[in-house]
Amino acid sequence: MTADRPLLDIKGLTVQFPSPNGFLTVVDDVSFSVGRNDIVCIVGESGSGKSVTTQAAVGLVQPKGGRVTAGSAMFDGQELIGASNRTLNRIRGNDIGFIFQEPMSSLNPAYTVGEQIAEVVRRHRGASRKEAWATAVQALDRVHIASAATRAEAYPHQFSGGMRQRVMIAMAIACGPKLLIADEPTTALDVTIQARILEVLKELQQELGMSVLFITHDLGVVAEIARSVVVMYGAQVVESAPAAQLFAAPRHPYTRGLLEAMPQVALERGHDPIAIPGTVAQAHAWPKGCRFNPRCIYRQDGPCTTGSMPLTAEGAGLLRCAVRPDLSQGVGAL
Amino acid sequence: MSASILSAAPVALPPSSNFLQRFCRNRTAVVSAVLLLAIVIVAIAAPWLAPHDPAKSSLRAIMRPPTWLHPFGTDDLGRDVLSRLMFASRLSLVASVQAVAIALVIGLPLGLISGYLRGWVDTIIMRLNDALMSFPALILAVVIVGLLGPSLTNAMTAIGLVYAPRIMRVVRGSTLSVREEVYIVAARATGCSDARIVARHVLPNVTGPLVVQATVLMGQALLAEAGLSFLGLGVQPPQASWGAMLGTAFPYMAESPVPTIASGVVISVTVLCFNLIGDGIRDSVGRMRRAGD
Repeated sequence: MTADRPLLDIKGLTVQFPSPNGFLTVVDDVSFSVGRNDIVCIVGESGSGKSVTTQAAVGLVQPKGGRVTAGSAMFDGQELIGASNRTLNRIRGNDIGFIFQEPMSSLNPAYTVGEQIAEVVRRHRGASRKEAWATAVQALDRVHIASAATRAEAYPHQFSGGMRQRVMIAMAIACGPKLLIADEPTTALDVTIQARILEVLKELQQELGMSVLFITHDLGVVAEIARSVVVMYGAQVVESAPAAQLFAAPRHPYTRGLLEAMPQVALERGHDPIAIPGTVAQAHAWPKGCRFNPRCIYRQDGPCTTGSMPLTAEGAGLLRCAVRPDLSQGVGAL
Repeated sequence: MSASILSAAPVALPPSSNFLQRFCRNRTAVVSAVLLLAIVIVAIAAPWLAPHDPAKSSLRAIMRPPTWLHPFGTDDLGRDVLSRLMFASRLSLVASVQAVAIALVIGLPLGLISGYLRGWVDTIIMRLNDALMSFPALILAVVIVGLLGPSLTNAMTAIGLVYAPRIMRVVRGSTLSVREEVYIVAARATGCSDARIVARHVLPNVTGPLVVQATVLMGQALLAEAGLSFLGLGVQPPQASWGAMLGTAFPYMAESPVPTIASGVVISVTVLCFNLIGDGIRDSVGRMRRAGD
């Protein structure tokens, strides 16, 4: 957090995907940044555009038919949007590691895990077979896979889900990336395994001094690891703030809703978890004005329901809300 | 873990030890493999194993019934049928390999390109493919040989061309499903170029179905070669393949049935071996797939 400019700086990123009714905007004017040695979490419900945002930043949505229509993503002084495949291929896997949600299917079943990790190392580092293999074993050791040298020779189907996710992490960090993007890495795993994977990630972040961009819909996970949080709703950022501040004093009604829906928080404050009424807005029918307005108890007709809501700087973060209600009172206010 | 995640396990050639173990449990396939191996050894060792010169005719020993000297008798020119069958196996087997190799060389890259790129490239390749497949294989091969002139190489090139679409379909189908796998996106996320993704990540995962299809095609190519040679469009005298031997022996079947039957049996057994081995491989690969974890 010392450097003058952030490691990853995303500004006004807008992504569209084709649909039968023309292009749908699934990421709309998203801005946030990840500092050096930082852990940032993107939180949001399914379909809020959190995965697409990060995939678009590193050029992974184009092969799926998506297109970036506006915005920029500066990584360590290099613009990623519109960069050539050659440039992106040099950065991906080397400077930016990626972990996906599905550990069961993210590994190629035709190769041993050691081969898969070694391949990445050889390509980016120009290492010999032997060196690459040694690095692969070392990476497996780093994520605490017991007897890594033997396990490196096993095939993905010989690993459990949690172990496979460790292998994915090992592959992502094998080249010593500056940034690790973890796209819901614990969602498909059960809770105890989840906790261990998070420990591994935290430990690696400190050891390697890399930054982590963590995508999740689980606020419990956020509380566990995040230094700052970006909350997304309906393809937009609605609030971003340092983690401590966000949990202590959420400023967007949606953020507050998410917190009150958490059993842990609810229990602490002595009420039952409160669900946010209504359903998530869909990309083909965004509400006018604030996209959260149909579900918001603070809605004011006029400011909330017309025009488009701008994202404005608010203290140590950003906020997209016209009303800015005082959310400091307890649940009684609801 | 939910069942849907498990069932996402894709087709793959498993580690060789496990695959071999499963294959060995399939007795039919093992017997076929052993039999085929024996045929291949006979083909290779024909010059040493054959009791007579396959081309030496003897007008005083025409169409002899089986004797100790000539176990399968002699043909219409007095040549030893057993020796000729042994030498013919070389041509027949090499011809099948040639045809399947041509089919692979054409079908594999086109299938990979078609399935991976999709879009208009896929549409064009697939329409051509459909056009080729709409003709019965042997008829199309006859037309091609008619244009190129009868010779074994031409016949096998024709068969290879005709079978290329079948390889292509299988490869394209597997590629279509493999390209959607998360590990392909993951490979891209580690900085793999498209060419590398196809070569390193797609290809190994389509080999399972491909090997099965290639093995079955070996049998079919052998049969097609026999058919074309039987019609005189394949191998030219004095050389002989099994099909050509069947063709020359057939008119004299009433006087001397053994050469016809012997050639027919050899062809049938070999084709059957290829098909059963193909089935065995399919089941061995398939079981791994079902076992998942």
